[in-house]
Parts: sequence; structure tokens; C-alpha cells
Amino acid sequence: MAIFLTADSKVIVQGMTGSEGQKHTQLMLASGTNIVGGVTPGKGGQKVEFDSGTFVPVFGSVAEAVEATGADVSVVFVPAKFTKAAVMEAIDAKIPLVVVITEGVAVKDSAEFWTYARQAGTTRIIGPNCPGVISPGASNAGIIPASIAGAGRIGLVSKSGTLTYQMVYELRDFGFSTAVGIGGDPIIGTTHIDCLEAFQNDPGTDAIVMIGEIGGDAEERAAAYIQEHVTKPVVAYVAGFTAPEGKTMGHAGAIVSGSSGTAAAKKEALEAAGVKVGKTPSATADLMREVMKNLG
Amino acid sequence: MDLFEYQARDMFEAHGVPVLAGIVAETVEEARAAAAMIGALSGGVVVVKAQVKVGGRGKAGGVKVAKSADEAAEAAAQILGMDIKGHTVHKVMIAAGAQIEEEYYFSVLLDRANRSYLAMASKEGGVEIEVLAVERPEALARIPVDPIVGIDAAKAKEIVDAANFDEDVKGQIADAIQKLWAVYRDEDATLVEVNPLVKTADGRIVALDGKVTLDDNAGFRHPAHALLEDQASADPLEAAAKAKGLNYVKLDGSVGIIGNGAGLMMSTLDCVAYAGEEFGGPGNHPEPANFLDIGGGASAEVMTNGLEIILGDEQVKSVFVNVFGGITSCDAVANGIVGALSILGDTATKPLVVRLDGNNVDEGRRILAEAAHPLVTVEETMDGAARKAAELASAANKN
Repeated sequence: MAIFLTADSKVIVQGMTGSEGQKHTQLMLASGTNIVGGVTPGKGGQKVEFDSGTFVPVFGSVAEAVEATGADVSVVFVPAKFTKAAVMEAIDAKIPLVVVITEGVAVKDSAEFWTYARQAGTTRIIGPNCPGVISPGASNAGIIPASIAGAGRIGLVSKSGTLTYQMVYELRDFGFSTAVGIGGDPIIGTTHIDCLEAFQNDPGTDAIVMIGEIGGDAEERAAAYIQEHVTKPVVAYVAGFTAPEGKTMGHAGAIVSGSSGTAAAKKEALEAAGVKVGKTPSATADLMREVMKNLG
Repeated sequence: MDLFEYQARDMFEAHGVPVLAGIVAETVEEARAAAAMIGALSGGVVVVKAQVKVGGRGKAGGVKVAKSADEAAEAAAQILGMDIKGHTVHKVMIAAGAQIEEEYYFSVLLDRANRSYLAMASKEGGVEIEVLAVERPEALARIPVDPIVGIDAAKAKEIVDAANFDEDVKGQIADAIQKLWAVYRDEDATLVEVNPLVKTADGRIVALDGKVTLDDNAGFRHPAHALLEDQASADPLEAAAKAKGLNYVKLDGSVGIIGNGAGLMMSTLDCVAYAGEEFGGPGNHPEPANFLDIGGGASAEVMTNGLEIILGDEQVKSVFVNVFGGITSCDAVANGIVGALSILGDTATKPLVVRLDGNNVDEGRRILAEAAHPLVTVEETMDGAARKAAELASAANKN
């Protein structure tokens, strides 16, 4: 079992004919993902051939792709300036999961497509500016390298892309049910809490690794959620203890978050909720190995 | 990007927000000329305000009232070059004086927790708003703003009612709030704050100060925003890195750091700082010299650019190259490092500690071993590499 993404997921790629889209569609296919189509406006009816000899049909719109293939996941690689329109199109087509890989999306665009998705109530968004979701051995929606990931019973949720890779690699001996890179943008579609809830309810997940970093108060809120709702063991890592104080955060922003956003404050909140926090990524992986051994 | 007050003032004016006349000046003579021009409009009295992107400039002596152009020039002479909380004053704004009767507060900003926007308003402006928020939270109205609908007339009325502004100014404030929303929406801001928003003796509502943060990701919609960047205060190494498309932040230590991904780089800073505590004497521990994220690629060209920036920092005594091979496999990264060192030739003089892990790591390490560059030490773990880099920097610091 896994969360959000399984072997049955039918995946389309918005922006598949672009260079990034094409490169990563190839990698997703190679890791066993069931890619049923691509979407590029104006290129409907074409087919793209990939290395494995697979031909993937291109559709002119998400609605056409869904109608023809029954797709239930879309991975978005379109450039930042077109991302809002692409995501809203996927929401209109009622795709249950949209994974937005594109980085550099304007915050206003993210705020608008997130609000649109919330009002529609039929689509979960992951990202933007994230590496995506992988359920190793089953499906891969995004750019997490499948070759470093093993299948198993740990769940992972992370703001950071490369720290996701690092942790997936360090713990490849135990393996993962699902690893979700939620992205570190100010507005994201799926939060630490959403993933913690899904992992708690997933019979295929025994323990959870959570990776956070400085800024905002998502980790503090996740800590409160863990205390209330999560009974599975959670191990965490927070990056940025020695990073210089951020300059972008205005005074009014600090009021909204109600927290300083420092790594120390996040660690304290997590430990108060009974979460073990590692000092470095390797130390965090060691803590998780211990947890898994104790679970037998 | 945070704007200076004078830039916010100009932006407000362009969107019809009521503001006072104001001109920016970089020299005493410019300040004198500006004061003469503005004083002629406002009965002689002007205010000379330090332009720094930090609060508390009034208490620091960065705001002075002047009754003539000569007085304004004198005030500018005192303020220009002043240090306010580590920010050097390069510019002042000469603003028209005003008779202030009431001071209010208004802001609209990104609300990360609720993935939405929030408007805040208070009758008690002109004070430190974070203090008010803690001590008398009931005096600060907080109204959620739907990102798609924004602040229309109905929402503006809801805000002025919630803040309990006096009846005689509610209409004017609601109008100003809708225009400030237009600034937020049309300029892709993540914060628009007015403190104070004032009522003058003749009953007008005016934005007397302004703070605007623009979303750097929205630059594609606003090519003109690039002109608002503060060139004078930019660190030269940071500016050079930016020109090469690298995400670089200069820090104070002696261990240069280069790698891929913001999260991994922040984690690397932590590991180096922890390792640094083991080396050097009291008060002389090796610390990170910078943050440099080269992104996913790590090609020879990108690696060369990154190393050039780091080696250009005289404080750097050792360099820690920390790359996790994901999509870009470790053999490509290793070739990038070897290629960069060959391009740099004799200009590369400081020891490099390399930690590679991930995809095809054995081949990557084999390439580095075969190249056997005298400056390069390969370490297998991130923690081990951090210790080695700190040790080398510490040894160099002693020499």
C-alpha cells in the first residue's frame, strides 16, 4: 500500500513535449509508471516515442486526455508563466491528483489555483516547486530518482527536494511506502499535516520521517497535529539551524505565523510532541533504523 | 524583494493611493533642491527621512523635520551615511510635512498557514504593530481575503467596520484600502503595509509611510521591477553570482560551501558549523563562508562558475563540495568537478573536500580517484566531509 499514488494510478504529463517534460516522462516510464498520455495545447493527435519503444499519445487538453484514458494523476512540467492556467485546466477536468513540479511559480498564481481547487473540492494539489511523489516499485509522479529508492514501510514527507533524495537513499535498506516532496514555496497544495494524516491511515506505512526547514510555522503545526492524531512513530530532521536570519519575512508576516520560524523553535515543538529529531540527515536516518528495528 | 519607502510611495501614487509629495535624494545638494521644491507646495515644512529597509529609524535619529531648504540640507548631511541597525543610509526622502490628527494601521499580506491572504487594520497605528498584536490583540482587526475575489467594496467595508474606524473617515479609508489592494494584486506583492495611515487636520486620509514586498517569482509579469533593486547595498560577490544565475549568500566564515539544492545546502551549513566547534581555538572556530546552491545540473560549466565565486572570497580557506546525485548522476558531477579544476588551473589554490553520494556513486568516486587532483580529498559521508573541511580551514587559519 501507499498514499496518493499506487500501481493503479493512470498518469498524464502536462508539458510532456517540452525538454524537461520529455526527459522526466522517460524516467517515469523506466521506473514503471503507467503513463497514459501527455497534454500540450495545439499538439493533440501526435504521439511521442520513448526509449523503451513506448508511444505515448498527446492530447490538446486535459479534458480530452481524461476522457480518452481515465487518467487520475497529472504531473505538471509547463513553464512558470503558464502553470496557473495548466493547473486550473486539470482542476476543471476533475483530476483527483495534480503534482506541480515547476519552480518559480508566482505566489499569486499558487494562491489562486489553490483557492480554485479548494472550492472545486475534487483535486489534491502537490507542490508547486516540488520533486513529486514516489511509491517505490509501484509508480513515480515527478522527478525523484527511482533508482535510489527502495520499497518498504516508511513514509516520508519533506519540504526539500535534495534532502528527500538523501533520506530515501540513506534508508533504502528499509525502503518506503511513499515519499512525498511537498515543496518549500510559501503556498503549497499539500502540507506536512495532509501527509501525516494519510500515512497514519495507510496500513502499508509503519513509521514516518518528516523533513522540515526554517521559515513559516508548518513544522510547529505538524507537531501539534502529531500530538493529537498520529500514533505511528515519527522521526524528524530540520535544516537551517545556523542559517542567517531571513530578510524576506516582514514584521506583519511574523505576526501571522505566530512564530519566529527558526529551526530551534521547530525542533523544540517537535520534541515536545514526542518526535525524535536528528542533528544531521545521517543521524536522523539512524534514529529511523532504530525505530524500524524495534517495530520488528 | 523589499522596497524602500520612496519606491513604495511612488507605487502607491501610481495606483491612486493618497500620499504626500516626496522626492528621493542621494546627496546634500539634491536634498536641498528637493526641499525647496516640496516646501513651496507645503508651506515650507518638510520631513527628511532615511531610506533603509529596517524598522526603528525614527528612534535612531533617521527622521528629521526641517523648516527650510537649508535646514533640510543640514538634516540630510547628518542622516546620509548614518548606520541604522547595520544598514548604511545611501538615500533620504524629502517629504511634505503634514498636520496629523490620527494615526491608523493597514496591511494586506500572504497568510501561509491558511494558504490565503489576510488584511489587518487598526485605529491605533503609528506604533510597533507586533507589540500591539501581542498586548492588545482586540485592537487589531484581522480579516481573511479570498485570493480570487480580493478586496472589493464589500470586503473594504467589512474591514473598516471590523477595525471600528470613525464614521467620518470610513468611506475614505475603504477607498484607500481598495487602491492598496490594487497595488498588492497588480504588482504581485506579498506584503503591502501602511503604518501610519493618517487623518490630517483638514480631514484627509493619507498613506504616510509604506512597506511593500514584491514576489521575485513574478518578475516575468513586471520587467520594470528589476529597476527597483538596490544596487548600492549589494555584496559584490552576491551580485557576480546572481549575474551567473547562482543562488549565493555571503557569510562570514572560512569554509566555502557548494552543492545542489537549498535544503541540502542549509543542512550542509549546519554540519560544517557543528564540525567547526571541534576545531580552532575559542572564538576562532571555522564556520561556513557562504551558501551556494548550484541547482540540479552540476555540469562542468556550472561547477566552474560556482568555484570561481567561492575562490574569489578571500576569507575562504577550504571548500566543501557536497553533491547528491539524483537525476544528474555522480559520474557527471565528478566529471564536472574535474573539468572545473582544469578550467580554473592555477587559480584554484585552496583544498577541496568532495562528498558525492547517490546515483552511480562508485563511478563518480572512481573518476575523482583517477584524476587524483592534489587539492581534492574525497570523503564518503557528509558529516565526515564537513569535519575534514573544517579541519583544513582551521589549519590554514593558524598559518
